[in-house]
Amino acid sequence: MLAFIAKRMLAVIPVMAVVSIVVFLLLRLSPGDPALVIAGENADAEAVQRIRVALGLDQPLLTQFLVWLRTMLSGDLGTSIFTNLPVADLILQRVEPTLSLALATMIFAILVAVPLGTVAGATAGSWLDRTLMVVSVVGFSVPAFVLGYCMIYVFSLQLGWAPVQGFTSISKGFLPFLRTIALPTVTLGLAYMVLIARITRASVLEMMGEDFIRTARAKGVVERLVVTHHALRNAAIPILTVIGIGVALLISGVVVIETVFNIPGVGRLVVDAILKRDYPVIQGVILLFSAVYVLINLTIDIGYALLDPRVRY
Amino acid sequence: MNARAPIVELRNLCVPLPLGGDRRHAVDGVSLSVSQGEIVCVVGESGSGKSVTAQAIMGLLPKLFARPAGAILFDGEDLLQASTQRMRSLRGREIGMIFQEPMTALNPVHTVGAQIDEVLRAHLSRPSAERFVRVVKAMEEVGLPDPERLYHAFPHQLSGGQRQRVLIAAALILEPRLLIADEPTTALDVTTQAQILKQIRDLQRSRGMGVLFITHDIGVVAEIADRVVVMKSGKVVESGDVTRILTAPEADYTRMLIAAVPTLEAARPAEPVPGPLALTVRDIAKTYSVRSAFGGTREVTALKPTSLTLHRGETIGVIGESGSGKSTLARCITRLIEPSSGEAALLGESGGKPFRRRIQIVFQDPYRSLNPRRTVGQSIIEGPMNFGMPKAEAWNKARELMVLVGLEPAALNRYPHQFSGGQRQRISIARALAMEPEILVADEAVSALDVSVQAQVLKLIDDVQKRFDLAILFITHDLRVAAQICDRILVMHRGELVEEGSVRAVFSSPAHAYTRRLLDSIPGKRMAAAA
Repeated sequence: MLAFIAKRMLAVIPVMAVVSIVVFLLLRLSPGDPALVIAGENADAEAVQRIRVALGLDQPLLTQFLVWLRTMLSGDLGTSIFTNLPVADLILQRVEPTLSLALATMIFAILVAVPLGTVAGATAGSWLDRTLMVVSVVGFSVPAFVLGYCMIYVFSLQLGWAPVQGFTSISKGFLPFLRTIALPTVTLGLAYMVLIARITRASVLEMMGEDFIRTARAKGVVERLVVTHHALRNAAIPILTVIGIGVALLISGVVVIETVFNIPGVGRLVVDAILKRDYPVIQGVILLFSAVYVLINLTIDIGYALLDPRVRY
Repeated sequence: MNARAPIVELRNLCVPLPLGGDRRHAVDGVSLSVSQGEIVCVVGESGSGKSVTAQAIMGLLPKLFARPAGAILFDGEDLLQASTQRMRSLRGREIGMIFQEPMTALNPVHTVGAQIDEVLRAHLSRPSAERFVRVVKAMEEVGLPDPERLYHAFPHQLSGGQRQRVLIAAALILEPRLLIADEPTTALDVTTQAQILKQIRDLQRSRGMGVLFITHDIGVVAEIADRVVVMKSGKVVESGDVTRILTAPEADYTRMLIAAVPTLEAARPAEPVPGPLALTVRDIAKTYSVRSAFGGTREVTALKPTSLTLHRGETIGVIGESGSGKSTLARCITRLIEPSSGEAALLGESGGKPFRRRIQIVFQDPYRSLNPRRTVGQSIIEGPMNFGMPKAEAWNKARELMVLVGLEPAALNRYPHQFSGGQRQRISIARALAMEPEILVADEAVSALDVSVQAQVLKLIDDVQKRFDLAILFITHDLRVAAQICDRILVMHRGELVEEGSVRAVFSSPAHAYTRRLLDSIPGKRMAAAA
């Protein structure tokens, strides 16, 4: 098992190497010269050239890459062209709201979806099952930003239970944190909740037809344990896959929700940076997101091995 | 207590089928009883209602069945009237059950020890240390090696026989008075089957429990039964003492079942007139490299260097148990997998036909080897059309072949699920013949079929061989089937060819110890002796 985990972790290195090359090339080779953007539309050729030299953009691509890689590896993500602040600091300032929102969303989605999906799968065809499936269609169909504004209207403007927008750090107390994070979490989480619930239902339903379920019943195991201990435990593998995909998709969802609820997170940071062609910031954020993706995949892979004794790559 | 008191008694049990089935009742007025200390075999072919009867006793009928009528008296208590809670407390404690598929009947993600322990947890409340000792003892009792280590193993790490022993241990750990065994040895190798049957018999004797044993195999009945109930289409055809049923059956159906069991008598002449050579295989071998965690590789030999020759008009049987390499041999010869070394050469006039048209395969599972989303006609014409036959001609050929294998040409427009298992295997044969091969490889082609259907398909294979002068490589685990259809026999064991010879020579005077063990394990020798 430890050898397996070690092997999976070693496999992360080449993936991250490829990611860094792509991140580097993506921006160097895309149209739009950052030196021109920084210098402004009315700058003369000489000024543009000066900025180019200062940024090292006049060097051969390979040299640029090696320099860039060296600074990255030393933990220095570079300096923002516009704010002149270190990119690492910029990201660090913004990472808490984004991380809080992403985590809260997944916890909310999983905690609600897995039990509901399990019950629906075990009682397929019942009124509960049918209701849940109808709700799930609605949940899929409503765009997050529409739902977000509706929620703000009802819960913030009419009922006054939550602030309209903004973010309160968890360091200022759990309840204030919860008050600001609740609406964005539910808004963002509904689609994932529905997705996970449907997959859970389908997997549990499939497992309920397996021979080992019959064996468990023949042993006199109570139905609740037949469902959880046998059906859900085996259904956990496809559910985990969907959760993994969900977390990956979440990152793009976070960007939208941060805009709707005016949360100062990484998503907003990267949108602003792209609009201004602030290369170092874009690179830093993409690198960070890639590392998160890779880490999630690693976790999911290890999760498979823990959940299913037959999985050994 | 009276040793002959019935533990369970079925009175006029009726289980209705959902509307639209081919008959109204899955089980239709079945009455039978099992007493303490006896093994009652329920025997019948697929669709006879024998498994539904067993599930009804356990209260585990699938939801699609309506509530059964009649009575199931367990120790005088009618189980059909019992509450869900009462049934649950009886299952595992008073009535144990084991199933056909030991691979799928165990939960793949829990250790086998925990799965046996689950019975104790469901019915008793005892500390875990005490339960562990009890589980290990139960595992010892069913002959599982090194039980304390095996406790922590997962099902996929065990052999089929070991898995079935785990299920038996779980079913018997609370010493139930009734054991229901639903085809527990059908999926096992013949030598493993013999061991498991002996195990069940021994445990039944030492505990004096009643056993309701469901099987389709008359040979198994002869091995294990005290009394026999023969079922057909949901009804009891006849029942009685095992010796009486096997030696003097009253019903035609029972006589047919017994007659359909192939014997070990070689059916073909000892000295066949060999046709021209069709295939030579020289030192064909297959090894797999398995990569371990840190890049090291381990070699696994699936097939040691094996040579053989096959003539037109001849059938060679390759017999052996699972893991013996017999299917690997077939796949290497047909180039479905690439052999690691050696070669298989097709001889004779090729007539410009490519390899795939000259050698064709019929697989074991007719339920899965036909594409469910294509009509059988589409499946049959696909091969010839791949090799350039015009569509109209391919359809004509398909129609001829359907008649040849005994089916209506009109059935070409139907889908595989609309046919029975035997019919599907006929279609698979027609599909193979559509390529006009010289060599036919049948990989366990009749193993999934009922004995009466098996006999018909074997006859069909025999007929098409004569008609097309086919060379046939017949892979099977069933020695009785091999005796019916083969001229020569190859015995495989652990990837190695251990014995070769004519059917008569191999079966009457086996040279290799493994062949002797195989022959000894065939169920129903008692019956053959009595006949």
